[in-house]
Amino acid sequence: MNTIILKTASKYLLPLLLLFSIFVLLRGHYLPGGGFVGGLIAAIAFVLHAFANGLQHTQRLMRIHPGFLMPVGLALSVLSGMSPMLLNKPFMTGLWKTDPVPVIGSLGSALFFDIGVYLVVIGATLTILFTISETR
Amino acid sequence: MENAINFLPFALLGILLYTIMLAVPSVRENGFRSRWSPVIPIAAFTYFLLGFDGSTQASTIWEHQLLPIKASFQIDGLSRLFALLITGIGSLIFIYANGYMKGAKHVQRLQSFLMLFMLAMLGVVLSDDLIMLFVFWELTSISSFFLIGFKNEDEASRKSALQAITITGMGGLIMLGGFIILGEIAGTYAISEMHNPETITTITGHAWFAPMLILILAGAFTKSAQFPFHFWLPGAMKAPTPVSAYLHSATMVKAGVYLLARFSPILGDTPVWNIALMSFGGFTMVYAAFQALFRTDMKSILAYTTVSALGIMVFLLGLQSSDAIAAVSLFILVHALYKASFFMLAGTVDHETGTRDISQLGGLGKVMMPLFAIGILAAWSNGGVPPSVGFLGKDLIYESTLHHPVWAYVFTGLSVVTNIMLFAAGLLVGWLPFRGKSTHPNTHMPHWTLWVPAALLAVLGMLFGLFPALINDGLINPVANAIAGAEQDVHLKLWHGFNTVLYLSLLTMGAGLLLYTIIKPGATMLGFIETAERMGPRRLLHAIANGFVQISSWVTQTLQNGKLRIYLLVILGFLVFLLGYVVLSDTSFVIDKKQLSDITIYEGITVGILFTSVFLTLFSGSRLAAVAAMGVVGYTLCIIFVFYSAPDLAMTQFTIDTLTVILFVLVLYRLPRFIRLDLSVRHILDGLVAIAVGALMTVISLEVLQRTPEREISDFYALNAYVLAKGKNVVNVILVDFRGADTMIEIVVLSIAAIGVYSLLKLRLRKNEKME
Repeated sequence: MNTIILKTASKYLLPLLLLFSIFVLLRGHYLPGGGFVGGLIAAIAFVLHAFANGLQHTQRLMRIHPGFLMPVGLALSVLSGMSPMLLNKPFMTGLWKTDPVPVIGSLGSALFFDIGVYLVVIGATLTILFTISETR
Repeated sequence: MENAINFLPFALLGILLYTIMLAVPSVRENGFRSRWSPVIPIAAFTYFLLGFDGSTQASTIWEHQLLPIKASFQIDGLSRLFALLITGIGSLIFIYANGYMKGAKHVQRLQSFLMLFMLAMLGVVLSDDLIMLFVFWELTSISSFFLIGFKNEDEASRKSALQAITITGMGGLIMLGGFIILGEIAGTYAISEMHNPETITTITGHAWFAPMLILILAGAFTKSAQFPFHFWLPGAMKAPTPVSAYLHSATMVKAGVYLLARFSPILGDTPVWNIALMSFGGFTMVYAAFQALFRTDMKSILAYTTVSALGIMVFLLGLQSSDAIAAVSLFILVHALYKASFFMLAGTVDHETGTRDISQLGGLGKVMMPLFAIGILAAWSNGGVPPSVGFLGKDLIYESTLHHPVWAYVFTGLSVVTNIMLFAAGLLVGWLPFRGKSTHPNTHMPHWTLWVPAALLAVLGMLFGLFPALINDGLINPVANAIAGAEQDVHLKLWHGFNTVLYLSLLTMGAGLLLYTIIKPGATMLGFIETAERMGPRRLLHAIANGFVQISSWVTQTLQNGKLRIYLLVILGFLVFLLGYVVLSDTSFVIDKKQLSDITIYEGITVGILFTSVFLTLFSGSRLAAVAAMGVVGYTLCIIFVFYSAPDLAMTQFTIDTLTVILFVLVLYRLPRFIRLDLSVRHILDGLVAIAVGALMTVISLEVLQRTPEREISDFYALNAYVLAKGKNVVNVILVDFRGADTMIEIVVLSIAAIGVYSLLKLRLRKNEKME
């Protein structure tokens, strides 16, 4: 697709949508949202960019292959699940910092778990989509 | 030493460590690690010889809190004899293997598997816990699979290895069933705790006793190659000879005998036990001895005589008299000594001349005198000629059959016939190749590692016969105690005076010599007895195995034929079939109109759009339009979710639908040509399945409304989301906290799916590139 409008728009839409996806990720604990939806929105942002500017352009922008996000996300989720075990609590017990942190709100191990989910969803979705469109 | 057993875990760990060291490839074959491998079994042998005296020692190193699993070891006389055989013969085998495999490829690999096998075997005979025993038992099957199939470029080797692991592995699994029943009846999985009279009465009086015993016997009989499961053992002769000498003379095949001996005080002397062991053992010993007579391959003769000897042991364990127990205690040792030296002898002859066919061998005694001496000594003990230890063993066997209250004549007759044939078979291996005209005049005396180990065992066989006191109190009597479960009084003596037993022995020797001069092993007889073997259960096993392959390939080709349409049809059809059955048999089909809310104008419009787009998806003329219409179907569903306050669901569905449409567009032109809808059978079928799935889901949704809602679970989440997990969005709290482990598995699945797509498409691309 080669439309100047979409091209221009996607330049601004990409950072906006990514920011929005992080917003959705963070608000998930109190309001509708979460890592899964956030990850999908971020994936859509990249796909939109690829539609407008071509796949190679987007891949250059990303620098790394999206597939690498999957092991990073998985490791983050597993580690956050295992972190309570250091304090001799069962696997996946929620740990929470007592005082809230500015902007993010209260901080806990569940947040890192959700960030892991977020990264895996982006990685898996983009790997599937990019691979299929590369195989033309 | 009192507490020698405390050192046992470290000893086993040491063996494991050396196994791993051997498994790591080294630059040079026959390197340092490989040459020094005999040190480990020698050290272990010394440990078992000096650390234990036949009295019972036990130690538990770990116990599971909830499950009845323990890591506990126990060493009594029986365990000690087996441990000594495993490590003692193991030491000689490792020395022998160093010479035998010199210059061959992957020596270290072979030694590593041998070492692993030794570890597993030690585990079997030292474990006190049933489950642990089973684990080691299967480990012996697995390590022997690799040993039998060591020459993995040879198809026959691979086939034999598969055959062996199928039989012994299957037997082991059946045995596990028996172990679990036994453990549940006894209330304990520790064998040592089953020994008190009360528990034994509970076990033998239980309604499940007979099935349990049959399951355990299946394990023992398959491992110890009893008819009709015997055929894997002659097949296993495809292994390199050090392996056969180790596994199939003293150790692995005796694991079944060990198991029977171990359980003899608990399960023994019951009708099922006695009848099963006497009939299977009795038939096996005669049948296999007859089979051995007409073979021409040295290892094949030895394999069948081994099966026959195992039959004798099982038979004796079935007799259960104290004579029989003394006989089997001694015979385990006797057989290990002469059979291992026979096997090593056969291997050395093969190594030097390149053949093991006795019809092609002759006059080897002139060039390899020490080997001839070993052959004579082993045949001596095998034949039970005084003053060898084999004579003592055979004496005890005749003693026990003669004293059987009912079947004395039959049993004595059977064992005399068996021993006559075994006598002749022993001469075929230990005498025939070394006499007569020299066929291989250019052979040389082999390296010492190839004959000294065998000579050592053969000499021991003679030494123990001359001085039975060497083994009587220290070795054999404790074994008899353990098998009987009570104090036994074993007196090994060379000279008993002129009695029936002595005359029977003389008869055996005379008839054996006569038989040896009469039989002429050759192709005709071989063909005849091979037919007998083929007609047996081996054929059945092959038929079953082939049947499995055919059925599975048929199922795969029918259901997994590579067409997504068929996959979907099968999955959905199955769903409709199973779920539909449950739902239809348990649904009231009453809709309570009061529970349904009124339809607002917005909902009406949305549903209208939904119907229109469904119609468009089905009947549009272009694929792109159909895909777009399907996206609209998804979006209208999202709006309905929003109406009914499920914003989380709506958001996710929205993004998913967007991505699905994108995915479709991406693959659009890779799909086959668009087929216009006509009413073919295939479309009608698709439509029927689709309607059935839709109708089913509708019925289920309505039924859910109809049922009294059980809100316990959702109430729990709603109440505790903030209290326990500090979140106000219940959906998300469930995802990341309450059911976080599920989510973790889900993202793993997602990653695997992505990797799958990536590798499928990328790999195919490479292939295409290559073809261009």
